[in-house]
Amino acid sequence: MAQPKGPAPDAVPAGAGAGAPAFSKSEMMIVAAARELAGQRVCFVGVGLPNIAVNLAKRTVAPEMELVYEAGVFGAEPARLPLSIGDPTIVTGATAVVSMWELFAYYLQGGLVDVGFLGAAQIDRFGNINTTVIGDYAAPKTRLPGSGGACEIAINARQIFVIMRQSARSFVERIDFRTSPGNLGGAAKAERIRREQGWLGRGPSVVVTDLGIWHFDEDGEMRLDALHPGATLEEVRATIGWEPKVSPALAVTPAPTAAELRLIREELDPDGMYTK
Amino acid sequence: MSSKVATMRDAVAELVRDGDTVAIEGFTHLISFAAGHEIIRQRRRDLVLARMTPDLIYDQMVAAGVARRLVFSWLGNPGVGGLNAIRRVTEGANATLELEEYSHFGMVARYAAGAANLPFMPLRSYFETDLPKVNPRIRPIESPYGDGVVYAVPPLRPDVTVIHAQRADASGNTQVWGLLGSQKEAAFAAERVIVVVEELVDEAVVRADPNRTIIPGIIVDAVVVEPWGAHPSYVQGHYDRDNRFYRDWDPISRDAAATEAWLRDWVYDLDGRAAYAEKLGVERLAALRPSGPAPSGVVDYGEYR
Repeated sequence: MAQPKGPAPDAVPAGAGAGAPAFSKSEMMIVAAARELAGQRVCFVGVGLPNIAVNLAKRTVAPEMELVYEAGVFGAEPARLPLSIGDPTIVTGATAVVSMWELFAYYLQGGLVDVGFLGAAQIDRFGNINTTVIGDYAAPKTRLPGSGGACEIAINARQIFVIMRQSARSFVERIDFRTSPGNLGGAAKAERIRREQGWLGRGPSVVVTDLGIWHFDEDGEMRLDALHPGATLEEVRATIGWEPKVSPALAVTPAPTAAELRLIREELDPDGMYTK
Repeated sequence: MSSKVATMRDAVAELVRDGDTVAIEGFTHLISFAAGHEIIRQRRRDLVLARMTPDLIYDQMVAAGVARRLVFSWLGNPGVGGLNAIRRVTEGANATLELEEYSHFGMVARYAAGAANLPFMPLRSYFETDLPKVNPRIRPIESPYGDGVVYAVPPLRPDVTVIHAQRADASGNTQVWGLLGSQKEAAFAAERVIVVVEELVDEAVVRADPNRTIIPGIIVDAVVVEPWGAHPSYVQGHYDRDNRFYRDWDPISRDAAATEAWLRDWVYDLDGRAAYAEKLGVERLAALRPSGPAPSGVVDYGEYR
């Protein structure tokens, strides 16, 4: 099971010239998300894709970053990539293991978290997130996991990073349920409400997908700032429920390096749980 | 003090009743599957099942028909997918299981309010979300000190809380290390408490390291000694999470008949946890032992006479 694997079926040719390694869209997404964490001090790690992105960042661009897990760990040093975010490897060697009450009340609500890194099932142009239901709440088409800690992370972490695959079902004009608030209906309203209600967070600042990197503009709306190698604007428009804003200085994300790919394939995800 | 040591069968028979609100707590770590299975075997009905993360144990209990309502904050099989037996009774026209939904902070705050005998707990969450719209128990409240609005959640006071721990003494003084989840709050909030342990120890072991005690025996009604009682979840320092089981459960639970067959083979047809561990087999269990030791340093509490 644990032997290193080649690129996944969604592999795209490397855009970085002859001899550069091939990589999959998922690997590019994880690498791009990890790089966004350069310089961050304290990161609250969400379940799923955020977990591998943050652990890659810890091994590359942000070795000093403190990993916070909602299970009650501050300063985790995971020796393996945990399948769940409550794995014993996040405990052994950590700075502190505390009750979840302390974690949420003192560490998160107390203002120690710089970045909350979340996944999402649906997101809108203002970065509001749904992880609760698809369809009507009372009789949903799909029952999703719900908030977990995401709702309070979105409100109390200084900024929010999101990692998710892009599709017409996930990037939608209207989310079916607002589990975690982003920039609400736009930056002006969101800033006023955050100030009035004493939120610690400034809201979402980046969304990394399998196609590109989005930041938020002065209206609080997602703007495509970089396309991953091999991805096209047509693909982006085909996988989004609104007419996207695109940066006039649209960049191409640098391809994953051999070192980043080795970390993902050999250390973090040898079974391809996150990258297939 | 008198011994509270009991068999799982007797503890559940005496302390868990039809219609009870039951919290089997433990966040990924220390989930008492052994107690959940015994509740299934004794065919309890109409339970309100509270857990932050219902996990596979509540998926199995819902499949077995013990529950009428779920109180929770994250409903999934971490890293794998959904809880399929629960999805079958919560999606579309088949939505027969009642759901009462919070966030993680909301759930721990509910236990903390219950433990501290308070009418509610305030928290800075839920602003501008749809959660208060679908759960009217989550309510905004003006600070009495004039500094704005926060949200309040009501206390959660289980009739029975079950926690699994590394060790306890016979009177129920219980020690845990590793992830602590919300077990302390859930136990103090409860009317009755069952502690399930890997190891029964002498009272002197507890007294030698009192900082590690999460709940005192005075709130404990029964101590059940049940090695491997948390499998397929884990016990820090004893055995690892059996991630293979978490993955295997996904296809089993997608199929109602396969789920029923699993319950028959692994719950109804077994008389307890020892039989379950034997059925898993020595090899499977041995592979779950930690890859090496990582002992804590020893601290000196000092003697003061």
